[in-house]
Amino acid sequence: MIETFLEFEFLRNTLYTGLLVGLIAPLLGTFIVVRRLSLIADGLSHVTLSGIAFGLFLEKKIALIAISPYYMGIGFSIIGAIIIEYLRSVYQSFQEIAIPIILSVGVGLSVIFISLADGFNTDLYAYLFGSVAAVGRGDFYFIFMISIFIVLAVIFFYKELFAISFDDEYAKVSGIHAKAIHLLFIILTALAISASIRIVGVLLVSALMTLPVAASIRIAKSFKKAIFLSIVFGELAVLAGLVSGYYFEIPPGGTIVVSLALILGITLFRKSR
Amino acid sequence: MNNLSPILSVKDLHYKYEQQYVLEDVHFDIQKGAFVGLVGPNGSGKTTLIKLILGLLRPQAGDIHLFGKPIQKFKAWNQISFVSQKANTFNRGFPATVFEVVSMGLTGKIGYLRFLNKQHKNKIHEALQSVGMEDYANRNIGDLSGGQQQRVFIARSLVSEPELLILDEPTVGVDTENVERFYHMLSDLNQEKGITLLLVSHDIGTITSYVTDLLCLNKTLHYHGNPGDFYQKSDQELSTFYGHPMHSISHDH
Repeated sequence: MIETFLEFEFLRNTLYTGLLVGLIAPLLGTFIVVRRLSLIADGLSHVTLSGIAFGLFLEKKIALIAISPYYMGIGFSIIGAIIIEYLRSVYQSFQEIAIPIILSVGVGLSVIFISLADGFNTDLYAYLFGSVAAVGRGDFYFIFMISIFIVLAVIFFYKELFAISFDDEYAKVSGIHAKAIHLLFIILTALAISASIRIVGVLLVSALMTLPVAASIRIAKSFKKAIFLSIVFGELAVLAGLVSGYYFEIPPGGTIVVSLALILGITLFRKSR
Repeated sequence: MNNLSPILSVKDLHYKYEQQYVLEDVHFDIQKGAFVGLVGPNGSGKTTLIKLILGLLRPQAGDIHLFGKPIQKFKAWNQISFVSQKANTFNRGFPATVFEVVSMGLTGKIGYLRFLNKQHKNKIHEALQSVGMEDYANRNIGDLSGGQQQRVFIARSLVSEPELLILDEPTVGVDTENVERFYHMLSDLNQEKGITLLLVSHDIGTITSYVTDLLCLNKTLHYHGNPGDFYQKSDQELSTFYGHPMHSISHDH
């Protein structure tokens, strides 16, 4: 079944991109889940959507195609990430409030730009639920670079990221520039989310960041093992989801999430025996 | 008391939230090698004082000197280690081993863009050994008892080889029989490794038999000196300190 994917270039791009996304989303997802920020992925993906909608609107109404809607989405996502970090520092005691603020503004802007761009079209459908056919070669190279950047950043800042995730106050006291590390992390997250949207879509991207982790923390005793297992589960689900999505002509977002849910179900069952 | 310059020196320190002073005219020194108990009732400003010493809050009036340097210019934060009151309120489902938790203590010392090497790993095992937890290195932190977790957090603080270790209510959540063992372990660390300790507690009873210096705080310092002399004070003075009638031996749970 995988052979078909290697045969056609557009499917090959999708497959490779899917494998990259199956790596970076659960990698960052592990930090997100243990920091109890699971909803941040939803907030940022909706901000990304507003950027994509803005890009589609520009493309349609002003015929401005210098920047593809996808890159516009990435830009919005990074700005959204910076705003979340800012809101979290303003509302120290209600840090989670940043998420509904950014999520609702993201959806609000999306609605405005979508209707200004004359409503739904197939492009938008692919952005919402993912697509097997949406990944061009340019997108693949771009997502490849984003992935390298994310993986290197996590390797080089691993001990700092781990420390702020486990105990932020202690991290500050031990001389880590916690604010800068938080900002770096949320920008990495924004990048991973925008990259993943190509495959799983805006509405389901948070699943790829959190479900593999929900499964791995049932089993893993150490943080490194949790990351490793999350990535394994993420990759398995992406592979299963892309192949089945292609054969049944279903957007891969749906099939990937159902695969993740199955993996999660198995880990829950296994533990409860 | 010797004549060396103190490790920590606090002078005329004031701090208020809104209009309410929580610390007024606080003044004390801590000498190298001391085991200082800082006691006071809830809301007496203990945690605020610790936050000021750790640089998490800025003094509104007065001075803090660390290792002879004004806190504003102090950079050698790895000489100071901190075990938070909240240390054992961490997320128990957090997938981290004891080894990983202790390794966090080296993060600041190793510095950015550098990795844990063999030498660091040995230090982690040594720190675990000094708190009697070396056999638990690969266990999940959430699976340990409260007392064991607290030892792990102490090991995390020791691994960077600090000169001054500050502990804020470290025995919250540790069962009574282990509290004594815990203080005993601190006492050993103080005597054998020469680490200066500042232990914050609301429990005035137990710690007085371990510490070398006692500080009693309730907005301002009510007592500073030898713990033995503290009991010479009348119950009258103790009540003004705690704000309600009490007796000097109040160690029951």
